[in-house]
Amino acid sequence: MNTNEVILEVRGITKQFPGVLANDRVDFDLRKGEIHALLGENGAGKTTLMNILYGLYQPDSGEIRRNGEVVKFSSPKDAIAQGIGMVHQHFMLIPVFTVTENIMLGDETVKNGLLDQRTVAALVRQLSKQYGLEVDPQAVIQDLPVGVQQRVEIIKTLYRKAEILILDEPTAVLTPQEVEDLFHIISELSHQGVSIIFITHKLKEVLAIANRITVMRNGKVVGTKTPQETDEAHLAEMMVGREVILKVEKGPAKLGDVVFEVENLSVFDQRGLEAVRDVSFQVKAGEILGIAGVQGNGQTELVEALTGLRTPHHGSVRLGGFDVTASSPRPMIEYGLAHIPEDRQKHGLVLSFPVADNLILCTYYQQPFARNYIIQNKAVDEYAHRLVEEFDVRTPSPYLPASKLSGGNQQKVIVARELSRPVKLLIANQPTRGLDVGSIEYIHQQIVQMRDRGVAVLLVSAELDEIMALSDRIAVMYRGQIVATLGASQATREGLGLLMAGLQIAEA
Amino acid sequence: MEAKQGQVNQKFKTRIQRWFASSWSALLVPLLAVLTAFVVGGIVIAMAGGNPFSAYLGLLEGAFGSTKSLSETTVWATPYIFAGLAVALAFKGGLFNIGAEGQLALGAVASAWVGYALPGLLGINLPTIFLLPLTVLAGVIAGGIWGAIPGWLKARTGGHEVINTIMMNYIALNMVSYLLNGPMKDPNPLNVIARTPEIAESARFTPIFSGYRMHWGFILAILIAILVWFLLWKTTLGFEIRTAGANPDAGKYAGVNVGRTIVLSMTLSGMLAGMAGAIEVTALNYRHELGFSIGYGFDAIAIALLAKSHPLGVILSAILFGAMRNGGTRMQFLTQIPVDVISVIQALILLFVAADAIVRFIFRIKAREERVVLTRGWGG
Repeated sequence: MNTNEVILEVRGITKQFPGVLANDRVDFDLRKGEIHALLGENGAGKTTLMNILYGLYQPDSGEIRRNGEVVKFSSPKDAIAQGIGMVHQHFMLIPVFTVTENIMLGDETVKNGLLDQRTVAALVRQLSKQYGLEVDPQAVIQDLPVGVQQRVEIIKTLYRKAEILILDEPTAVLTPQEVEDLFHIISELSHQGVSIIFITHKLKEVLAIANRITVMRNGKVVGTKTPQETDEAHLAEMMVGREVILKVEKGPAKLGDVVFEVENLSVFDQRGLEAVRDVSFQVKAGEILGIAGVQGNGQTELVEALTGLRTPHHGSVRLGGFDVTASSPRPMIEYGLAHIPEDRQKHGLVLSFPVADNLILCTYYQQPFARNYIIQNKAVDEYAHRLVEEFDVRTPSPYLPASKLSGGNQQKVIVARELSRPVKLLIANQPTRGLDVGSIEYIHQQIVQMRDRGVAVLLVSAELDEIMALSDRIAVMYRGQIVATLGASQATREGLGLLMAGLQIAEA
Repeated sequence: MEAKQGQVNQKFKTRIQRWFASSWSALLVPLLAVLTAFVVGGIVIAMAGGNPFSAYLGLLEGAFGSTKSLSETTVWATPYIFAGLAVALAFKGGLFNIGAEGQLALGAVASAWVGYALPGLLGINLPTIFLLPLTVLAGVIAGGIWGAIPGWLKARTGGHEVINTIMMNYIALNMVSYLLNGPMKDPNPLNVIARTPEIAESARFTPIFSGYRMHWGFILAILIAILVWFLLWKTTLGFEIRTAGANPDAGKYAGVNVGRTIVLSMTLSGMLAGMAGAIEVTALNYRHELGFSIGYGFDAIAIALLAKSHPLGVILSAILFGAMRNGGTRMQFLTQIPVDVISVIQALILLFVAADAIVRFIFRIKAREERVVLTRGWGG
C-alpha cells in the first residue's frame, strides 16, 4: 500500500552540536505505507535526524508535523505515543529474558498486580502471524539468531502500536539470507500500511527495497529520488559529493612465491569450543586471498591465531618459511606482518592516546622513534605529520586523542600505521566495516596497491561485494571450516551466498 | 633564514600555549574539587558549632605560618609523595595498587634492619656513601618484591590485584608487627615499645637545616617524581606501561608483552612505596616503630586520584594532604575543632574528584571528554 497521504513531515530542522552543524534546514516527508530510505555517509546527519524524530534530541529550529499537526517530542515517550517506533543498530534486548518479557518491558500488561504474560504472548503470536514475523514468544533472546532478534525488536514497536518504523542500519549484522527475509517482512509491513524509514549506506539495498530515497550529505538533504530515476553510481555521487569509482580497478595478479602457509589449523574460542577446524591455505606474494563467510563462523579466531593473539591447538602457520605457529605478535610484525584488526577500538587503537602515539604503536621502540630507550619526540612528530598528510587523516592535530576522530578516520590511522612499514603479508579483517563509501573506496585502493607491490594479502570480510571486488581467489568459511576455494572468475554472488549458508553448490 | 627563525618561534609559542592550555584544563577540576570540599567542610564545622573561618585560619597558620610549620609540612608531604607516586604509576599501568601500605611497612623494616644490623654483621663501619644507599636500597627492594608478587599473580593467573594487594597488606603488616615485637625489637632493657634499634649514624641522611625536621627526603621525593614523569612519558618502557594500562588488547596486538609489563609496573610501584618507608627510617626516625605509618599507603590512593595520576600533580596533592595533616593539630589547638574534620575534608575531596560530574555541574564546566565529531566522512 503506497498512497500519497503524508503522515509525517519534517520542515527546516536545524540541530547544532559544538563545532558541527549536524542538521541544516532539513526537510523530509513520509507517506503512508511507504518505504523511504535515508542514505548518507557516516556523519551526514541521518542518525541525528532520526534521534530528533524519536524524541532523543530536540531541534534548535524547525518543526515536525504528524498527520498535518505540529508535534513536539521531548522524549521517546512522546514519539511512541505518536506511533513512532525505532529499531536501533545495536539491539536493546535483555539476553536472558524471553521474547515476551522483552516485548512487554517498559509497557507491562498487569493483571491483579501481576505480570500478564499470557495476554502479551497471545498478542505477540497474533502480530507475528499478521506480519509474517515468525518468532516463538517463549524463546530466550540469547538463544536466537541475530535475524530473529531483530524481528523481536520490530514486534516490540508494533506492540506499542507503531505506524512509523525507523530502522537504523538494519542489515549491518545480517547474513544475505536474513537480509532477504527482512526485506520480505518490510514489504509485508508496508502493504499493511506501516510506513518505514530505512537508514543505510548500502546502495544496492536501497535500490532493491525503497519507494523513495532521500540522500543526505554534511547535514543537508541533497535530494530525493525514486529507484527508477537513479542508479548506484548516481546515488554514490550524491552521497559523497563527487564521482566515486565503485568498481575497484585492478589488473591481473603477478604471483610470486608462497609467503604464508597455513596447514590443518584448529583453534578454540573463548569457551573452549573448536571455532576453527582443520583449515589449510596458502597466500602467494602479489595475490589477494579473500575469506568470505557470515560473521561468527570462526573468522575472528582464525585471524587471531594467525596474528599471534591466540594460540592454535593444532596445525601449523609458516610465514616466509619460518614456523610462527605459536609466535607472539612482535617477531611477525618485525618480519613484515601488517594487521588491520577486526575491532579497531579493541585491538587497533589506544583511544586515549594521541593520533601520533597510535601511529607508532608497533614501532615505538625502533629507530628513529627511540634511541637508547628514550622516545625521540622530534622523529615521532615528523612521522605523524607526514602520515596524517599522506593518508589524509582528517584531524586538526596529530596530538588529538584518537577517540575524537570519526570511525573512518580512526580506520585511516590504523591503515596508515600498518601500511607504512615494510610489509610482506597484510591480514585485513573486515577493513571497511561501518565505513562510508568514500572511505571504503580509499581503503580498497590501498589494499590493491599493496598487492601490486608484491605483498601477500589475506582479506577476511563478511561483505560479499568487498570479497568479490578485491580477491584473486576466494575461500568460503562456514562453521570453522573452509568449505570451498574458488578462483575469482568462477565465483558468483549466488554461489558464494549458498556456500556461506552451508549449502554445497550442485555439481554443474 | 629570518622567516624560518620566526616560524620556529611561532611553533615554539603555540607549543607553550598548548602546554598551558592542557595543564590548566587538567588542573581545573581537581582545584575546584578541593575548593568545593573546603566549602562543604566549612558547613560541617559550622553545623558542629565551630567557626569555619577561624578553623581554616588555624589550619593555614599551622601548615604554612612559620618556617617551623613549613618544615613540618614537608615532613608530612615526603612519604605522601613517594606513596602517591607508587599508586599513580600503577594507575597508569592500569593497576590499582591498594598494597602501598604493606609495601611501605616492609620497606621501612628492611631499611631499618640493614641500617642497624649490617655494620655489626660485617664487623666493619661502612662509610655513609656505602651504607646509606644500601639501607635505602634494601627498603626499595623489599617494597618491590611485595609489589611484584600480586603483579605476577595478575599476569600469570588473572588474579585481581585489588584483592591480592589487600591480602598482601595483612601479611606484611602482621609480619612487621611480629618482627618489631620479637626478633627485631630494640634489646635495650628500658625499651617497652615495639621498635627496632636505631640505625647506624652512617646510614642516616643529615638534616638540611639544624633545628628543623625537614630532610633531604623531600628533595629526593621531588626528583623521583620528575624521574617517574620522565619514565612514563619519555621512554619506551613508559610507553609500554601506559599502553598496557590504557588498552591491554591493543598492547598485545602491537607486540607489547603485556604480562611482563604488568609485573614491571607493580614492581616499580612497590619500589616507590618501599622507598617511602626507607626514607622515613633513614631521614627522619632513624628506626622503625610500629604504627608510625598508619595510613600513608591509603592516603596515597586519594593523593594519586586527586593528581589524576600525574607524577607532578602528585607533588602538589601530597603537599596539600601534608599541609592539612600538619595544620590540623594547630587548628585543633586554636579552635578546639577536632582534627578529625581534616579526615572529613579529605574524604570530601576524594568524593568530588571521583564524582567530578558534581564539580562540573556546580561550576558549569563542560566535560573534556565530550565527543565532538571533527570530521564527517572523508570523501570530498
